[in-house]
Amino acid sequence: MHIMEGFLPHPWWEVWYALSLPVVVYGMYKMNQLVKERRETLPLLALAGAFIFVLSSLKLPSVTGSSSHPTGTGMGAILFGPAITAVLSLIVLVYQALFLAHGGITTLGANVFSMGIAGPAVAYLVYKGCARSNLNFYVSIFLAASLADWATYLVTSLQLALAFPSATGGVVQSFYAFGTVFAVTQIPLAIVEGVITALIFKYIIQVKGEVMVRLKVIDEKKLGKLKEMISA
Amino acid sequence: MKGEMIAGTVIVVFAALFLFIAATNTGAEWGGADGEAEGVIEELTGGTYEPWFQPLWEPPSGEIESLLFSLQAAIGAIIIGYFFGYYRGKQSNNRPEE
Repeated sequence: MHIMEGFLPHPWWEVWYALSLPVVVYGMYKMNQLVKERRETLPLLALAGAFIFVLSSLKLPSVTGSSSHPTGTGMGAILFGPAITAVLSLIVLVYQALFLAHGGITTLGANVFSMGIAGPAVAYLVYKGCARSNLNFYVSIFLAASLADWATYLVTSLQLALAFPSATGGVVQSFYAFGTVFAVTQIPLAIVEGVITALIFKYIIQVKGEVMVRLKVIDEKKLGKLKEMISA
Repeated sequence: MKGEMIAGTVIVVFAALFLFIAATNTGAEWGGADGEAEGVIEELTGGTYEPWFQPLWEPPSGEIESLLFSLQAAIGAIIIGYFFGYYRGKQSNNRPEE
């Protein structure tokens, strides 16, 4: 989903910077607050960041004969919400922009928006929606993480389509063209990402379930049930 | 164990799918989708678009690039392994007193 360096013309790169910046600043504020007030969440925060590091470094082959990578942002979004996840994504995206020429400084705003804000927002909303409708916990995680991954690539397609509308069919046709590259390639990867994220959550419940209760991801009763299920 | 089985199955299917397509579709290049988007931009603009900014630094070769990608994965994996190792160990230490 990395839009490459220099590939977003004026005014689009500024637009995405302007949209991402407030969220990242708010995320930094929230993260600071969280670490200060709830020190016990710090390891989990590191874990969510590390998960993004690993998953976004894996370029996986897809059914379309091309490769792409998962985002890993679902976990952070479910645990800490989209704003904090935007900060975690920013770290990864800066690393890749500076050391790998993957993405770029001028397109950082757009890439943070798709990977760090839009995807995590989808994960957060999907998870909350699923939790309210009492869907199985792991299925909820799977759906949230997969859809976040997929949404990220749809947003990237939209960002490129807006910047490069087709001469004949406008933004819609461009969106279709970019979508064929990104969104289709991403479907199997999104599924794998969802499954892996769900599995990791099983381990988090085992070792740090009570922190999830304090972060209001699940309630005490549900945690008890899930723990029982694991040890059974 | 159920979770691990499901995850394992999905990954095996994913790998099998890749092998199947690699074996049948000889045209597949497995290039990055990010780079393919560049081709779409070229098509849409008729090849007139010039990126207005170049990366400040580019890995000098594919090898260096994969080194840096592996480094990224390794940093993440160390933290994940440490996290689970630490808390699992702590848990099993406490178990006898429970």
